[in-house]
This record gives sequence, structure tokens and C-alpha cells, in this order.
Amino acid sequence: MSAAPILSVRDLRVGFATEGGLLQAVDKVSFDLAPGEVLAIVGESGSGKSVTAQTMIGLTRSKNARIEGSVKLDGEELLDADDATMRRLRGEKIGMVFQDPMTSFNPVYRLGAQIVEAIRAHQEDVGKDQARRRVVELFESVGIPNAERRIDDYPHEFSGGMRQRAMIAMALALEPEVLIADEPTTALDVTIQAQILHLLEDLNRERGLATILITHDLGVVAEVADRVLVMYAGRVVEEGTLDEIFYDPQHPYTWGLMGSLTRLDRPRPHRLPQIAGSPPSLLDLPQGCPFRPRCPHEFSKCTEYPALEARLPDAPDHRDRCWLNPDQKREKRQVEGQIGLEAPEGVPRG
Amino acid sequence: MSDGAKGNGPLLEVTDLVKHFPIKRGILIDREVDQVRAVDGISFEVERGKTLGLVGESGSGKSTACRAVLQLIKPTSGSVKFEGREIAGLGRRQMRPLRREMQMIFQDPYASLNPRKRIGQIVGDPLKLQGVSRGSDLRRQVQELLERVGLSSEHYNRFPHEFSGGQRQRIGIARALALKPKLVICDEPVSALDVSIQAQIVNLLDDLQDELGLAYLFVAHDIGVVRHISDRIAVMHDGKIVEQGTADQVCEQPKDDYTKKLLAAVPIPDPKESRERRQGAGSVR
Repeated sequence: MSAAPILSVRDLRVGFATEGGLLQAVDKVSFDLAPGEVLAIVGESGSGKSVTAQTMIGLTRSKNARIEGSVKLDGEELLDADDATMRRLRGEKIGMVFQDPMTSFNPVYRLGAQIVEAIRAHQEDVGKDQARRRVVELFESVGIPNAERRIDDYPHEFSGGMRQRAMIAMALALEPEVLIADEPTTALDVTIQAQILHLLEDLNRERGLATILITHDLGVVAEVADRVLVMYAGRVVEEGTLDEIFYDPQHPYTWGLMGSLTRLDRPRPHRLPQIAGSPPSLLDLPQGCPFRPRCPHEFSKCTEYPALEARLPDAPDHRDRCWLNPDQKREKRQVEGQIGLEAPEGVPRG
Repeated sequence: MSDGAKGNGPLLEVTDLVKHFPIKRGILIDREVDQVRAVDGISFEVERGKTLGLVGESGSGKSTACRAVLQLIKPTSGSVKFEGREIAGLGRRQMRPLRREMQMIFQDPYASLNPRKRIGQIVGDPLKLQGVSRGSDLRRQVQELLERVGLSSEHYNRFPHEFSGGQRQRIGIARALALKPKLVICDEPVSALDVSIQAQIVNLLDDLQDELGLAYLFVAHDIGVVRHISDRIAVMHDGKIVEQGTADQVCEQPKDDYTKKLLAAVPIPDPKESRERRQGAGSVR
């Protein structure tokens, strides 16, 4: 994926003024997204992954928001763009799919009509019939059976999986170059999730659609992503290719996330490795590394926050924020069993 | 299925349990035009001190099954035996003493705790209502429970909004354990939690089982979590149990087509394996 990036985010910071002080939801996040690439942003609730995506498309603009940095789409700066421009770009250049297909449509309008409206709002010269035909094609392309008939259904007449397909159809209606999918399968059953992931993958391959996939599920990431950003407390703590993150994770938080997964393809461990404690409050971050209080490998240096840097000699694009040197990391990861934290004593794993 | 059973027979024995909901039409005269067969003749057993996992997708009837077992809704037919005693169709009053023996942990830790009550009251109310203890004795017991589930006794006077999702789920667990039940029905207890917190709660449930000899009916859609915690697994689909066996049997040598489909759809958090699997199996659609 060495093509010129279509989307380029630099030092993005998003803070919200709250009663308790400035809440730094996103802190110095940078990444590039190339056409046809799937970038996964992984993290727990409150890690800043959704705020990052929403800020890129201008959805976090408000009086109490402090937004700094740069987001460039095809070289055009989005953070300075006025609301009318953003409205045009949303849909035409960047499509969005949200977690909850239930609340993403207006329940009192027919699905087809809602998408026709979206198309005609952006492309005034497209006639109603033409737009309608396009919606039928879109429905077919995302695998909704009987598309011709079903576009006149109301949202409640669609199942969760079908509604998410309709949502994807709407996101693709204006043929955007970038798709932002925020937990697109979290509300769905696994069998439906698999279908939606395949669909996203096909679209990505066939149309060269650049995709940002926001999720907390590493299983989903392994299925579709090319590159991964791991976020914790508003910052990127590790980034790399899919294989780098899964087979040579550098940050103890990433180890913890991997370790706490239940895996069907492995014998079950006696105890699930767990990350101790809970994510910190963004209003009261510990000094230095925010993962420090939960990290079993904390040492004197951790009161200083390390930069996001490449720390492995042969992987210049694999960056992380942990002071341990690569050998120590490899060793500690092995001592802990596979990857996770707090592996139980004397219990063979994996 | 008798390994580990103390006393005589299983703790919970469900036979041909059915719950149908009528679909009614008509303005003046309600006619029953059809039925939703939410639970359509299921049978399973939960052994003392063991865990039965009940997996299925949304709409498979697993939550309805739980509620029918606890007599929170009246089963249409079938038998539910707790310690050998028939409880299907018992009234509220007759069920009341039995409620001490069987408790429930709910999915949504934000909705299942009364926001206006203090933690001490939330956890202590079952003890008070069942007349188990009062006053300073009650307070001491509640504080012990809080510590037992990994909270602090100082949390006694706090309100639910002061806690994170994982901590709230611990409060829900403390409340369920207050009456020292023999059976705890866990309805999706970790699905609303972050991954790192899920593992904490699953481990806590494991520890409590070892310590207190609890039996769990563990209901979830995440077959990975179910496999981890369960001794046996029953797979539900369209109101029926399509397959039942030990956790490893069901996950490693599934017999039923639906179980196979369900297992194949679970993403494997391993890029190489998931690549191989996709090339091997084609698509799952």
C-alpha cells in the first residue's frame, strides 16, 4: 500500500471544555489512508477512536470543542472547511456507517425514499426515477434480495443485518472515496457480522474504497484490516501492519487486548488473562504513560510519556509508545505465555 | 451427565419447556391468529456447581427460556424441576422462598441498578426483604460481599453513577450472591462490557463458582466466552435446542449444521488463520 494517501491526518487534537476542566479526548493522532486500504482503529470505550472519526467529518464541531491539527482529504484541509463544504463532502467524498442501524434511519420514511433524497440533495440534476433506479442497483450490490420491492419498505420491516446493508448502500450512494465504519457489526449476530464483513471487503477490493474501520473486536480486525492503530486514553499507543500488530505486538496494552480474547481455535486456558483495573478518566490522567497504573511492567521511566516511534530496527512503520526495549518486550511476552498479561502460574497455554 | 453431582439428581431439570406468545388481531374481538414459538420444547439439566452455557443468536429464545425457568413468565407447558421439585406454574407467593435459591445477573449494568439507591441498599435489599439480616449485621454482610466481588467496603454509601460498567456488573453480582443462591442465571453478563473488563468478570464468576459451589446457567451469544466458562453447552436456534454436549465437544466436533455455521462465523483473532480459513471455506454466506 504505497499509493499516495487519500486521507492524511496530522497531530489531530480534540478537547472538550467540561465542568471538570478540559477533556482531551484525542491527543496528537496522525495517520495516512491509501486508496483501497482498510485501516482499523482499535480501542476500548473512551479511547478516542470514535471522536477521531467524527472530527474528521466535522461532526464534533461545537462551542466547547477545541480542535487542532490537520485533516487533509485529497490535499484539501477539512478542519478549516465551512459547514456547507463539509455537508457536501460528507456523502460525496466520505461515506459513513454507524453502529446502530436502528437509529440511523428515520423510522417514518421509506428506506428507498431516504436514500433518493440523499442522492438528490447532492446531485440536483438527477431525476427521481433515475435516483430510484440507482438505489435499486445499490441494494442489489450490497446483497439485499428483491431490491426492487424492498426499497419501498420502512426501516422496521428490515432485520438488523439488512438494515446495516441498507446503511452501507446509503453510504455508497454517491460513490465516496473513503468509508468510515464505526463499529458496523457490533450490534449484529455473528453469522450476519460475517456477511457484512465480506461485503465490506468486496467493496474495498472492487471499488478501491479506502476504509476506516473502528472496532473493539480484534477478531473483526484480523478478518479485514491491512493496518491497525491501537488507541488508549486518546492517543495512539501502537501502530503497524496487521501482521506486525498480531505477531509482534510491542505495547503491553496491545498484549492485554490480545490476551483477554477467548479463542475457539485454542485449548481453553484455565483462567482468562485479564488487564487489571479500568481505563483512566480523561480528566485525571496519570503522569506519564496513561496505561502505567494497569501495566505489570511499569518501571521508573514510565512517569515520562514516550513518543510514538519505530523501536524495531527492521520495521520502520511499526511504531509504539513503550519504554521497554524490544528484547525485554519479547521476553516479557513469552514469560506471560502467548501474549496476554497476568498469565496464571503453572498453567500451560495455547 | 452425573459427574460431580452431589445430592440426588441435577439441581435444575428442564423438560419440554414451551413458551408460545399469541399473536392477536381484531378490534372488538381479539382473535388469536398465530403464535410466536419463542421456546419450543427444550430440555436441559444444570448440575450442582457446574455451568451450562446456552448460546444462540438474537431471537433464538434464550432469554425467554431463562425467564420461563425462573417463572418470571408463565411457561405454556413443560416441566421445570429445581432440586427435584416441580416449580412450573407455581404462583408468586409459592415461588418466593425459592427465589433465595435462584438469582439472576442481567446484561445491562446501566439499566439493572436503581440510580437513586445507594450501593449498600441495592446489595442489602434482598437480605432485608427475605428477612435474613438487619442493622449492623446487614451492613457487615454487604461490605463483605462488596469485597468479595472486588469492590471496596467504602463503596457502601455511593450511588451507581459513580461506577464504571465493569464495577456496576460487580455490584449486580454481589446482589445476586447476597442470598447465597445455589443457581445463578447469567443473561449476557459480559456483552455490554469492554473486552479487557469482560475477562475480569468472567474470571470473577469462575472464582465465585469454585468458592461457593454455584451452578450457572450462562446465556450468551458469544460462543467464545460461553466455551470458556461452561462445562456443557446447549445451542439454541428458533426456540429449539439443536445440539447439546460438553463444551469441547460442541466447539470442536459440532454435529449440527447450525452449530457449525455459528462456529464458522466467529472471527478468529489471528490473521493467518483467518486468511487460510477464508481461502479454504469460501464465503460463509
